[in-house]
Amino acid sequence: MKLLRDLLDQAEPHFKTGGKLEKLYPVFEMMDTFLYTPAAVTRGAAHVRDGIDLKRIMITVVVALVPCILMAMWNTGYQINLAIAESGLTSAGGWRGVIIDMLEIGYDPTSIAANFFHGSLYFIPVFIVCNIAGGFWESVFSMVRRHEINEGFLVTGMLFPLTLPPTIPLWQVAIGISFGVVIGKEIFGGTGKNFLNPALTGRAFLYFAYPAEISGDRVWVAGGDGYSHATPLGLVPIEGVEALTSSVTMGQAFLGTIPGSMGETSVLACLVGAVILIATGLGSWRIMLGMTLSTLGMAAVLHTVGSSTNPMFALSPLWHLLVGGFAFGCVFMATDPVSASFTNTGRWAYGVLIGVMAVLIRVVNPAFPEGVMLAILFGNVFAPVLDYFVVQANIKRRALRTAA
Amino acid sequence: MLEAYLNLFIKAVFVENIALAFFLGMCTFIAVSKKVSTAFGLGIAVIVVQGITVPINNLVYRHLLKEEALAFLGLGQTDLTFIGLISYIGVIAASVQILEMFLDKFVPSLYNALGIFLPLITVNCAILGGSLFMVERDYGFGESVVYGLGSGIGWALAIVALAGIREKMRYSDVPMGLRGLGITFMTVGLMAMAFMAFSGIQL
Repeated sequence: MKLLRDLLDQAEPHFKTGGKLEKLYPVFEMMDTFLYTPAAVTRGAAHVRDGIDLKRIMITVVVALVPCILMAMWNTGYQINLAIAESGLTSAGGWRGVIIDMLEIGYDPTSIAANFFHGSLYFIPVFIVCNIAGGFWESVFSMVRRHEINEGFLVTGMLFPLTLPPTIPLWQVAIGISFGVVIGKEIFGGTGKNFLNPALTGRAFLYFAYPAEISGDRVWVAGGDGYSHATPLGLVPIEGVEALTSSVTMGQAFLGTIPGSMGETSVLACLVGAVILIATGLGSWRIMLGMTLSTLGMAAVLHTVGSSTNPMFALSPLWHLLVGGFAFGCVFMATDPVSASFTNTGRWAYGVLIGVMAVLIRVVNPAFPEGVMLAILFGNVFAPVLDYFVVQANIKRRALRTAA
Repeated sequence: MLEAYLNLFIKAVFVENIALAFFLGMCTFIAVSKKVSTAFGLGIAVIVVQGITVPINNLVYRHLLKEEALAFLGLGQTDLTFIGLISYIGVIAASVQILEMFLDKFVPSLYNALGIFLPLITVNCAILGGSLFMVERDYGFGESVVYGLGSGIGWALAIVALAGIREKMRYSDVPMGLRGLGITFMTVGLMAMAFMAFSGIQL
């Protein structure tokens, strides 16, 4: 460890102002503070003393995401191995098939290791491309604009791949994350200065720009040309609720052994993340609770109203919580502290708004069965206004109190 | 009946948001959205004007301009729709003027609050757009009232949201070349992307 520190200390002068590699200072700073605590400490009497800084916040979120990532790798492999077993093939084909055959891991859907390995062959390339492309933009902007590369991108770079289907072409991953990082965040000045969640901005951009690769029923289970397997949520508008309840049990939907976006299927993994975020005080429980309750409420209203033409109305409130991107969006996307509301009352309103919108879009809009993502973006747009009215009400209340 | 009106209202506010789906009224949308309080005032003004002019233009269209509308004068063949555009602008300008004088006389507080915005929105294309959409879709009188109010509320909602974001963006560090209008246009584009959630809803 001493060696590493010495190496960094030796390299430091080159990156300082006047050094040969002055322009690359943000990259050096990132490596240094990623490995060691920053050397800069407060001197004199600081007003607030708290160990938590941006780095620790982001690392905690990354830790909270670990269950989702593990689940994403396992489930992606499980779904495809299941499809292979059903179709009676002996090899997956393509470079993934070559690697698996070479290592003699096999395609047994009951083997955890085989599933995990096969799934990681899908998840890891997406993850790497996403981080290289996004990291590239992040570094370019920090070098030109002289701000630090911070761990904010690490979280965006983890959230984004988890929202994608396993069959997504890698060039689209690069384009999507570039849009999310540059247009969604960097042109506003970087982490903490944007108004939309960058990962969701990229996801929504891909969704509207290349709908064929990110929706429909051929993209969710990878392998060959893609096996036709609708997501449980996608089944309902076409074949009715019975198709959903007969093919998937609530337990499966809760554990996440269903086709869907890589990291979004498991409610359990998201719950673990939610516990970590709430326990460390990083994710707002008000947003999560508000969103969950309003989703339940809105779904119950629509469920009772019913409709003879639209089978989505018949989907019960509990199912709304279990399928699609609800859990993932609620825990990791809606609670993004930058794009959410800042005031506590505003957080309730923001959560409720997203929940209502998510159910509405899911049920009423046949074009977008996955409403949570768009609902959160919609919430992001209105979060500053909600804050504004909360603050104004507070000012008015205090003015009245002091006047009395 | 009521359900049809409700559907039309939701459609006018969200699905066919006049600012973020049709990009009408952009000049005032971008110019007057620096502060939430002024944006709110302008939004109210647009709702009021839209709620008045669209129904009036509906009456003008259906009872004066439309083909065979003048049959009661014995002019059955006359089709005056070619002077539609200029009539609607005239109606808008006149009704805004009358509204302004009315407010000045009877509700001075609201008159002062709206200030310059009231005459300003006479030339707002969102207002004229509302009337033209009404004609194109052949709305009845009841529908035109709902559509006028709905599209006004949709526009107001969008400008208040934009103003909220711009107030928050004062703390942003926007690159030099994008400051001002550039970043505002991009913000509006991103907002429109969020509003695309509603595109394709059939009501």
